[in-house]
Amino acid sequence: MLTGNLNLSPAMVDFRQSVEEMIPALRRYARALTRDADIADDLVQDTLVRALRSERLFHGGDLRSWLYTILTNLNRNRRRSMARRPILTQLPEDTADAGGTEAESRDIERALDSLIEDQRSVLLLVVLEGLSYREVAEIQGVPIGTVMSRLARARAHVKSVIEGERPPLRRVK
Amino acid sequence: MKELNLPVTEDELHAYVDGELPDDRCANVEAWLRTNPDDAARVASWRAFAERLQLRYGGVADEAIPKRLEIEKIIGRPRRWMYGAAAAAALAFVAGGAIGWTAHGVTATPSVYAAFTEDALDAHRLYVVEVRHPVEVAGNERDHLQQWLSKRVGYQVTPPQLDKAGLKLVGGRLLPGPDGPAAFFMYEGPSGERFTVYSSRAKTADMQMRYVTKRSDASMFWSDAGVGYALCGPADRDKLQQVAGLVYDQVERADVKTK
Repeated sequence: MLTGNLNLSPAMVDFRQSVEEMIPALRRYARALTRDADIADDLVQDTLVRALRSERLFHGGDLRSWLYTILTNLNRNRRRSMARRPILTQLPEDTADAGGTEAESRDIERALDSLIEDQRSVLLLVVLEGLSYREVAEIQGVPIGTVMSRLARARAHVKSVIEGERPPLRRVK
Repeated sequence: MKELNLPVTEDELHAYVDGELPDDRCANVEAWLRTNPDDAARVASWRAFAERLQLRYGGVADEAIPKRLEIEKIIGRPRRWMYGAAAAAALAFVAGGAIGWTAHGVTATPSVYAAFTEDALDAHRLYVVEVRHPVEVAGNERDHLQQWLSKRVGYQVTPPQLDKAGLKLVGGRLLPGPDGPAAFFMYEGPSGERFTVYSSRAKTADMQMRYVTKRSDASMFWSDAGVGYALCGPADRDKLQQVAGLVYDQVERADVKTK
């Protein structure tokens, strides 16, 4: 087995550097995805552990998309395991790191909270992270048409929540 | 309004906002928005949301990176974590599954396969979410894993090679099964997707492969010579069938070798 620092090939140095450059963006995505700074950094840490452990399984391709894929999958797993536990009361969010007014931050968080997971992930990957529809389709493992319909539903839902309408109760894929 | 002969679809409005619309169509969309205030309002609200989202979370990328996320820290972490805390995990598992396990002892034969699959899927769902302690013995100790688990389950059990399906052995652990100890192997693909193989004695007649889905996971179960196998993974029938085929072939071969 390779250990941390013996005989690094140039390819591995490149790989690690590219992973490292992605950490700020992964933190941003994770923070918006979970709306909790600690959980978000846990997710990023787990993503990095996994990525670095599997570096020999990474055969070229788009490293950025691959890291977003791992993080998205880990978050899905996390939410699934949470769903088995008793529901805990959510503490009020610490919005100390927020830009904009506090009320605006809460609006955004409330809107994100109310989305179903796949829609939230599409919305954030496109709008916050600036990924293309094609990249998001690969990350979620679905056709582009599904990405577009998730995005459209997410935007409609967010609009209705922020404008104070009652969100539609439909839960469509 | 001759230039509006092609109506603009909602998909095009999104693509326009997200910079995914071909340039030659942008002019049409802009013209459309000038005469369709409802659509113009929607586009404006999507843009406003994007700005507020950036304002709220964009700054996270400029924060100093916490020490624990520094790449040297993560690379430098000893691989020992693979073994640690397995006891705690196993305890949680037994506690969580206790009702299920005791009930299985008295189940009649026709539902053996259902109970078996249920156990395998429970174990799968419990352990695939583990990032740091998914297994008791890591995949680089294949020989030890094989000897230990074979001794405990009472028949020859070998972690199959699933490289052909792009899956790498993470490792394995021992679990309680419906009719005795069960061997459990975990595999991982390049994007972190995980598959598990669960094998234990099963009081049931030989059975062809059966596909069962439970929410987003699925299992392929079969049994042979008093031993049951369940391969679990994401609910993608073709992929599961391909991997199950690989497992099946190798189990057959391993059996022949020991006879």
